[in-house]
Amino acid sequence: MASLDRVKVLVLGDSGVGKSSLVHLLCQNQVLGNPSWTVGCSVDVRVHDYKEGTPEEKAYYIELWDVGGSVGSASSVKSTRAVFYNSVNGIILVHDLTNKKSSQNLYRWSLEALNRDLVPTGVLVTNGDYDREQFADNQIPLLVIGTKLDQIHETKRHEVLTRTAFLAEDFIAEEINLVIEKRYFLRESNQIPGFPDRKRFGGGPLKNLHYD
Amino acid sequence: MSFLIDSSIMITSQILFFGFGWLFFMRQLFKDYEVRQYVVQVIFSVTFAFSCTMFELIIFEILGVLNSSSRYFHWKMNLCVILLILVFMVPFYIGYFIVSNIRLLHKQRLLFSCLLWLTFMYFFWKLGDPFPILSPKHGILSIEQLISRVGVIGVTLMALLSGFGAVNCPYTYMSYFLRNVTDTDILALERRLLQTMDMIISKKKRMAMARRTMFQKGEVHNRPSGFWGMIKSVTASAPGSENLTLIQQEVDALEELSRQLFLETADLYATKERIEYSKTFKGKYFNFLGYFFSIYCVWKIFMATINIVFDRVGKTDPVTRGIEITVNYLGIQFDVKFWSQHISFILVGIIIVTSIRGLLITLTKFFYAISSSKSSNVIVLLLAQIMGMYFVSSVLLIRMSMPVEYRTIITEVLGELQFNFYHRWFDVIFLLGIFRIGRRI
Repeated sequence: MASLDRVKVLVLGDSGVGKSSLVHLLCQNQVLGNPSWTVGCSVDVRVHDYKEGTPEEKAYYIELWDVGGSVGSASSVKSTRAVFYNSVNGIILVHDLTNKKSSQNLYRWSLEALNRDLVPTGVLVTNGDYDREQFADNQIPLLVIGTKLDQIHETKRHEVLTRTAFLAEDFIAEEINLVIEKRYFLRESNQIPGFPDRKRFGGGPLKNLHYD
Repeated sequence: MSFLIDSSIMITSQILFFGFGWLFFMRQLFKDYEVRQYVVQVIFSVTFAFSCTMFELIIFEILGVLNSSSRYFHWKMNLCVILLILVFMVPFYIGYFIVSNIRLLHKQRLLFSCLLWLTFMYFFWKLGDPFPILSPKHGILSIEQLISRVGVIGVTLMALLSGFGAVNCPYTYMSYFLRNVTDTDILALERRLLQTMDMIISKKKRMAMARRTMFQKGEVHNRPSGFWGMIKSVTASAPGSENLTLIQQEVDALEELSRQLFLETADLYATKERIEYSKTFKGKYFNFLGYFFSIYCVWKIFMATINIVFDRVGKTDPVTRGIEITVNYLGIQFDVKFWSQHISFILVGIIIVTSIRGLLITLTKFFYAISSSKSSNVIVLLLAQIMGMYFVSSVLLIRMSMPVEYRTIITEVLGELQFNFYHRWFDVIFLLGIFRIGRRI
């Protein structure tokens, strides 16, 4: 079973934005019935066929590491979290479309995760302001996901989506806005439910994370 | 004319306090959340503003600032407004926001929040019965009735907080209690944590692969839907899915273990930081303070026990007694009246400032610990309620620390409450709190 290659993807974001629901949806193809706070880190695995349908099709294990907590946690919690950031292949940043602060905090989340890789030991996170240069030489692909679109009133959706488009540009990331709705409960384990009609840029989310 | 000047001074200071409460709310409490309901912020700031105004009036009383009759008027007005907020507005809004969170009752929010408020009022009223706080000659809807009940709740809170602080403070400040944590300990725990995560991952990989092969073989892995589905799944369960449930149980146990390891590692990191902090100058200074503070806490516990055992309430306040002692024993002669005014001003000022600061810090810590994006409104309102009740009962208790001539206004405004009862109640709850917390540690 471990013969397939593995891809480690971090899922980061503020408390309550929907990371655990997202991970559960991607891996179990079910909507999470009773979301509760994630303490520490919860992992889930999905088998994914890279370049499906082509001769180069290859199956991978995608591990989604859903790290709990908030950006403003005590530094002891941040140090403990840092142990999960080793050898990461991709980062999914999740923010809540109904809560502006969660999108602002994404910068700090990404700094926390990336700095862990850039600086080996000792120095932990800097609470510095956002600097686009920090992402310029970043090799790790980023994906920004906005959740709870259905909780925003129809009239405000356009302005919210414009704001998030700028956010994705700043990160040089691909962007998907999605809705976790009960209707999208599907039974096939291969199909990613709900995404096709909510894509903004790029293809399906996981197919863009190249492992090389 | 002087009344107008005095009122304008009062109103200016109230606006200042309101602004401070607003800033505190935005910068500290709601740092990570978005304020969507401004009414919450307004209520919090208003409660804070009026509570601080009460303290300000006490200080003015001691210093003799402003006209006496206008002070009295503002006292009464302030008190009425605070009671109105604490008993009517905040509980109603708490009920309203709680009901808003529950999807089912969303349509009839107002109705249910009124019901909740009525329940609160009922219990609030019943609270006054077992306590000997009133003389029976007061009417139903008088200030004394409301204040007495608010006072009971507030004094309980104060005593609990003091008790907790008395036990927790030496524990936090002094480095005597710190275990020794080395880097190797932390590394060992981290390795265990990562190993547990790896085990979880490998089991989940097996499950995912098993599901995939089952799907590819054409078996449908679906949840039992409906009543008959459940019965069917009990009797005829595919061998593949039995395997899966077994692995799932193992995974659940491992996940619980990983959570515990995570918390332990965070704990170790925190202890390591405290050790490093205690080696700095600031840390050593606080350590030193901690010793003094522990002695003070022990003394407080001692005095509380004596008060209860010997059934006495202090008759004179510390300021007058201190001055008496210096005059009688040390033979230093000075103008008692002049000094008692200034010293009690300083003492009362210190008590007020430290209690406000301490309360705000505790509230902030509490808020960070338990709030989430859904419940933040309710929790902030609860905190505003606690804060208001705390400040009102501080006024009741502070009366004890003031010389007699300054106590009159509080006695006048608050009516004939049995103040001694509140002090006794404070001591009782203080000791109870200490014993409960002491047992936990």
